[in-house]
Amino acid sequence: MADGQSHLAHHFDSMEQQRESSSLGMWLFLAQEVMFFGGLFVAYAIYRFKYPEAFAVASGYLSVGWGAFNTVVLICSSLTMALAVRAAQLGDKKKIIQYIVATMLLACVFLGVKGVEYTEKYHHDLVPGPAFQYVPDFDAYTVPVTAETAHPNFAGHVQLFYSFYFVMTGMHALHMVIGLGLMIWLIVKALRGRFSREYYAPVEMTGLYWHFVDIVWIFLFPLLYLVWRH
Amino acid sequence: MNERFPVIPDQASALARDVDMLYLFLIGVSAFFLILIGALIIWFVFRFRRTSDTDRPAEIHGHTKLEIVWTVIPLVLVLIMFVWGAVLFFKQFRPPADAMEILVTGKQWMWKMQHPSGRWEINELHVPVGRPVKLTLTSEDVIHSFYVPAFRTKMDAVPGRYTTVWFEPTRTGSYHLFCAEYCGAEHSLMKGWIHVLPAEEYDDWAARIDPDLAELTPLEAGERLFTEMGCMACHNPASGALGPNVVGLYMSEVRLDDGRTVIADEDYIRQSIVEPMAKIVEGYQPIMPTYRGQLDESQLMQIITYIKSLE
Amino acid sequence: MSENAAKTENYLNVKHTVASWLFTVDHKRIGVMYLATILLFFFLGGVAAVLFRIELMTPTEMFMASETYNRLFTMHGITMIFFFLIPSIPAVLGNFLLPIMLGARDLAFPRLNLASWYVFTFGGLLGLGAIIFGGVDTGWTFYTPYSSTYANSNVILAALGIFVSGFASIMTGLNFIVTIHKMRAPGLTWFRLPLFVWAHYATSIIIVLGTPVIAITILLVAVERIFSVGIFDPALGGDPVLFQHLFWFYSHPAVYIMILPGMGVVSEIIACFSRKRIFGYHIVAMSSLAIAILGFFVWGHHMFVSSQSMYAGMIFSILSFLVAIPSAIKVFNWVATLYGGSIKLDTPMLYALGFIGLFTIGGLTGLFLATMAVNVHVHDTYFIVAHFHYVMVGGMVMAFFGGLHFWWPKITGKLFPEMLGRITAIIIFIGFNLTFFPQFIVGYLGMPRRYHVYPEEFQLLHVMSTGGAAVLALGYMLMGVYLLYSLILGPKASSNPWKAAGLEWTTPSPPPTENFLEPPVVKHEAYAYTEEDTYRDDAETKGDTHG
Repeated sequence: MADGQSHLAHHFDSMEQQRESSSLGMWLFLAQEVMFFGGLFVAYAIYRFKYPEAFAVASGYLSVGWGAFNTVVLICSSLTMALAVRAAQLGDKKKIIQYIVATMLLACVFLGVKGVEYTEKYHHDLVPGPAFQYVPDFDAYTVPVTAETAHPNFAGHVQLFYSFYFVMTGMHALHMVIGLGLMIWLIVKALRGRFSREYYAPVEMTGLYWHFVDIVWIFLFPLLYLVWRH
Repeated sequence: MNERFPVIPDQASALARDVDMLYLFLIGVSAFFLILIGALIIWFVFRFRRTSDTDRPAEIHGHTKLEIVWTVIPLVLVLIMFVWGAVLFFKQFRPPADAMEILVTGKQWMWKMQHPSGRWEINELHVPVGRPVKLTLTSEDVIHSFYVPAFRTKMDAVPGRYTTVWFEPTRTGSYHLFCAEYCGAEHSLMKGWIHVLPAEEYDDWAARIDPDLAELTPLEAGERLFTEMGCMACHNPASGALGPNVVGLYMSEVRLDDGRTVIADEDYIRQSIVEPMAKIVEGYQPIMPTYRGQLDESQLMQIITYIKSLE
Repeated sequence: MSENAAKTENYLNVKHTVASWLFTVDHKRIGVMYLATILLFFFLGGVAAVLFRIELMTPTEMFMASETYNRLFTMHGITMIFFFLIPSIPAVLGNFLLPIMLGARDLAFPRLNLASWYVFTFGGLLGLGAIIFGGVDTGWTFYTPYSSTYANSNVILAALGIFVSGFASIMTGLNFIVTIHKMRAPGLTWFRLPLFVWAHYATSIIIVLGTPVIAITILLVAVERIFSVGIFDPALGGDPVLFQHLFWFYSHPAVYIMILPGMGVVSEIIACFSRKRIFGYHIVAMSSLAIAILGFFVWGHHMFVSSQSMYAGMIFSILSFLVAIPSAIKVFNWVATLYGGSIKLDTPMLYALGFIGLFTIGGLTGLFLATMAVNVHVHDTYFIVAHFHYVMVGGMVMAFFGGLHFWWPKITGKLFPEMLGRITAIIIFIGFNLTFFPQFIVGYLGMPRRYHVYPEEFQLLHVMSTGGAAVLALGYMLMGVYLLYSLILGPKASSNPWKAAGLEWTTPSPPPTENFLEPPVVKHEAYAYTEEDTYRDDAETKGDTHG
């Protein structure tokens, strides 16, 4: 009881009120995140509807293997995050830290793979901008070369796809980096013994956030990587 | 109208009077409510002014019937406005089939226009009185907006697509032409005049083409471009031609290789020239090169005019 | 003696160091910091307006080149909308009053609230930087492809400033929603809430759902410029009109972000100065929510001539008409509130009545714009300029200053000179009408907006408008002078100088750090002026002034 009281901020009347407030706040935050990514998804959908072939071809440059691998990594990280929240509910400080570290490692793997993919795009001149160059060479991938897909007129639309690819995955990666920062903060708090059975809202909220970031990727992966497999 | 202090601009098209009628209706409704509300406020403020610092007026929670009244009356009024405005709007933007077509290109910061006779103009547009005129608009750079207050009409000129606007002048004279969409440093200089001439005078005017400039009609220019750019090599009516036939193409239904059908309007034809891969006609190979950069917007409009004429 | 000192300790005098302000988590102090910040932007935007109004006195170039003119109207639009109007009532009065009206000790997330001020200020500095390092010339609407490809000015900095400050709005909105849901005092049920709170609740919903869309849109423009990629560029197959859809999806609801809190303020003032419960309280509360929801589906009325389909235009037209209904209902209910009241025309009431008149004109001319055929003619002319100034300045700014006067004694603990206040309110009302009414006429005559030079026949109306702007500026300056005077030398305010009902008037002026000396319990509906215990003068404070 006394332990719980010490975490009650001065302006709340009870722990319950405090917990409900932070939970509602987090859900509202996620609602605004949905609108944020929603704007991007709408713009992407409109262009994809306009230029279905070009988007399919452009998507063929992306490595489904890496994408699928990253999807698995991220789902695993959601699992470890959920376990960290569970540990927090049980008041098990050691396990909180272990699971959060595991989550962070998985996140780093994800970002590392993303880095590899970005570098690859850079070497293929597929980063949008003045240096963008579209060479209809699909050796590494399974998109067939036809007169249509190899046509230079495609370049503009392919570049459009890559603009969205980089903005969307970049925004997603930025959210992950922020998540990593939050987890470092959690570890510091946990080391100082701030969490207890009564007070673990920060772990829970970070967990919600992390699951949201995961879900965004679950949408991004098929939208960006699997376009041509319809 | 009061000459020295006008509140309504010149009415130089049939539509102008219609729009003004609607405008006056709106003003009437607005004035009624404004005066009603203003008078009630002033009356209440005097009638119910505070006389003693300890006044405690009786409580009034609300009045359901009153609420319904002042919900339903405005609702009916706005529905009238909506229908009237929408009907007029459709009239404003549905040109009659026999309208004379003038091609208009906006660029920072001028308007370029070509008449059916071939005559070019910049920032000044001569049109005949009493004949419907349809403008096809596009832009070479940013979004502009073609605005003629005396005709009560306006349309954006958007890069990469065609928009249309039409009017039928009813009075001769000169009227302002403005660019209404902010387009950069000299936006306020992107303006000119619409000169409405008697019909015969317009015909004479349009026929006076400067021989040095060798101005062709849009149709002739389009035909020449069609030949010069070698379009004929593939797009001929012969069977087994490499490209789809363009005779009778305009406004026909085209089946694409992905199963969709589209109507071949101006935007479709334009896109097929500058982005040939966007829509492939069923049964043809995607082999056409793009003509983006090789044809400017005026030339594109001329070729389209020519293709539209083929029947 | 020490007991007496404890009694007079309030949020202002509890600590005096600069750090105690910069690191405060007290919503009242943060509200005051927001006030100082947005008044700076109001001043900057006002200076820009005065400069280009002077330029517009002559139909030809007078003393500034077109590039300067374009930068000034853009600066006016960006600072006034993003850095003054949007935060004005919510971040200042809302921040200060919402927890007090709810009987809470603070907002739900005090540190988030402080962060919001820092984020806002940082965004504001980016915007200022854009202006100082050469300006922006796209207009506040940032239409592509001009903004993304052609403009040769600091679009990126300005866009990032708006992007960043958007998150400050979101933090505030989120904080308000949670606070209203979770931190109401015992007895304070939803339908006992003051209408100010209802208005902020509706506003916060729009902020949380709308602002992220403008954030991503404006970010896409910045990305397009930074990396020269073609997201809205027609040369690469991009669609410049898509930008307009995304932009107005937020920016039309943003109009309601700007006006709804003003409506909340006006409800409070009218109730107080006619000593009446707001007529049709439930309907007025619900109409705020109706406006918030309908407001999300009307953005296309900005685009009737943008090549959007005619049928889409029809849908947007009828929905725009429907938004007018809840607004009309509010006006009728305010007027009905006056009936049978005990009306006193003090300064805040003058602003509130001014609001009703001017907002009515703004709303009625909104009907002209929802009418498609008329919209085609007046779109992008001075008619539009006049219309939105009637709503934004005649509505929101009048309400903001009305609210500022109403709660000034509560915020500062000082009274302002009442007679000067009334005279200034009248000067502002006259100056405003003189500035903007001629613009309706010149707009219908065909004068396009954002024109640096214009045909001679429009000059007379422009000169009238500039004259009005001078009167308006004089009014604002006068207000600045007497409010500063009151801050330093004004007489001490009692806890309830207007004899108003409402929790904020039951606590001392200025309030103590945790808002109430003892936790309040709510026993009545809002504005229960007939109840004996709803308003009283604070005897203690009175004793202080006499003693």
